[in-house]
Amino acid sequence: MSPLSAGLGFKPQHVRDALDASQPGLWFEVHPENYLADGGSAPAMLDALVARHPVSLHGVSLSLAGASPPDAEHLRRLRQLIDRVQPTLVSEHLAWSAWGGTYLPDLLPFPRTHDALAHVVDNLARSQDALGRRISIENPSHYLAIDGHAWSETDFLAELVRRTGCGLLLDVNNVHVSAHNLGTSARAYLEAFPLHAVTEVHLAGHGVDASLDGGLLVDSHDAAVAEPVWELYRYVLQRMGPVPTLIERDGNVPAFDALMRECLRANDMLSAWANAA
Amino acid sequence: MTTLAHFQHAFVEALRAEVSDFAPAMHPAFAIYRNTVMRACLDALEANFPAVVCLVGRDWFRAAAALHVDEAPPRDARLARYGEGFPDFLAHFEPAAVLPYLVDVARLDRLWSESRDAADAAPLNLDRLAELSPEVLVSERLGLHPATRWIDSAVPVRTIWEASRRGVPVGSDLHWQPEQAIVVRVAGRVHVVPGDGASLAILDAVASGATLGEATMAVTSAYPGARLDLILPGLLRSGAFAHS
Repeated sequence: MSPLSAGLGFKPQHVRDALDASQPGLWFEVHPENYLADGGSAPAMLDALVARHPVSLHGVSLSLAGASPPDAEHLRRLRQLIDRVQPTLVSEHLAWSAWGGTYLPDLLPFPRTHDALAHVVDNLARSQDALGRRISIENPSHYLAIDGHAWSETDFLAELVRRTGCGLLLDVNNVHVSAHNLGTSARAYLEAFPLHAVTEVHLAGHGVDASLDGGLLVDSHDAAVAEPVWELYRYVLQRMGPVPTLIERDGNVPAFDALMRECLRANDMLSAWANAA
Repeated sequence: MTTLAHFQHAFVEALRAEVSDFAPAMHPAFAIYRNTVMRACLDALEANFPAVVCLVGRDWFRAAAALHVDEAPPRDARLARYGEGFPDFLAHFEPAAVLPYLVDVARLDRLWSESRDAADAAPLNLDRLAELSPEVLVSERLGLHPATRWIDSAVPVRTIWEASRRGVPVGSDLHWQPEQAIVVRVAGRVHVVPGDGASLAILDAVASGATLGEATMAVTSAYPGARLDLILPGLLRSGAFAHS
């Protein structure tokens, strides 16, 4: 995928439109967990998509910040999928979602201690070895302040890059949501972010939970990308130049054309930067 | 336990408790994590048991499913597979006892999902089979397609399941009788077709490694009146078998 082109989170209900789309440079992203069946229509649909467009795999369940190593069986299946579809990029989250053999379908927070760093480094190194790929790690969204951090998130991510050679996936919506919820500065976060390691940017919409703390932002992916997030994205482009950019949408999924319009808006910003340079 | 493990253990305990003295759980926003984890599990069960949802309604379903999530949370991140134990849960769930067909409908929902996700295999080559002499044919061992499933029910499971999957009430002409169903996947699409005792006996025999001759022998002794001349060709064409 070219740094000058934006992609879309793939929705199975849009498969016809996605296969027909001929926008130059268009690429798609999927959650591999949805395509790890032994056979049948889901893997076949992914194979058709891969034959037509570049595809990146964005995992949600490796639990890299878990106190236990990633599930070996899951890694084995993921490796098979990677070998088959040859994704342009593989990414995961700075979060945990497994405990005692059970799967908690969320991206959960943790105190960024030295102990946690050692676990994430180990889990990430194991995963990169098992998958034979560099993994890009996404900054999480936060809803509440957790005590006991020894590292800032940006320093923690930079240290992961230094120790494991991983890449980073900068989710600009998460930066906005977290800064709002924690009462911190999104700009300051981006200024401290190790942009040199960023391989991909995510843009998504968020919701407001008015019942909590006078309006928490929730990383719900069920709305169009909000204007403040586009503004932060512009700032990221100014600082680091063009980068493959994905429009994510998981809920209230509109028609394919509506998502393509957001994708083209990102494309325009990427081209404007390239033309100005 | 490491400090990270301590934190995560306390976090999981707090997710499951309504009240907790774990510091992050004292924060109102902790509800977001509680809600997200439970909602994702319930959404998965709702997606995986659509006929059950249709029969009991969404509110009843999610209330019952929440109890199952507490008892048996997912162990696999492939949530399309979640709910292996849900039909058995319903079988022991007192409020479901008034719906005697619910458990088998749930089992059929589950078989449908298993069929959808099973490994691919080339279908049985009927032309090759047709060329075999009868003597060779009886010693032939067929292989089941990995996506083939079947259910033998004491209730009209297929009729109720089929109406529920379409979201319509069961017709008033429903015959309250045992039903068998065979689940096959043909060209990537899952089909649930009517079965009968003899067809299921053939599938059972083939699954246990019997030759075609042994399978038909077993069926004729158990179902002396079975029209094997009709049943067998239909079964062979159904997509239930794979090229071996």
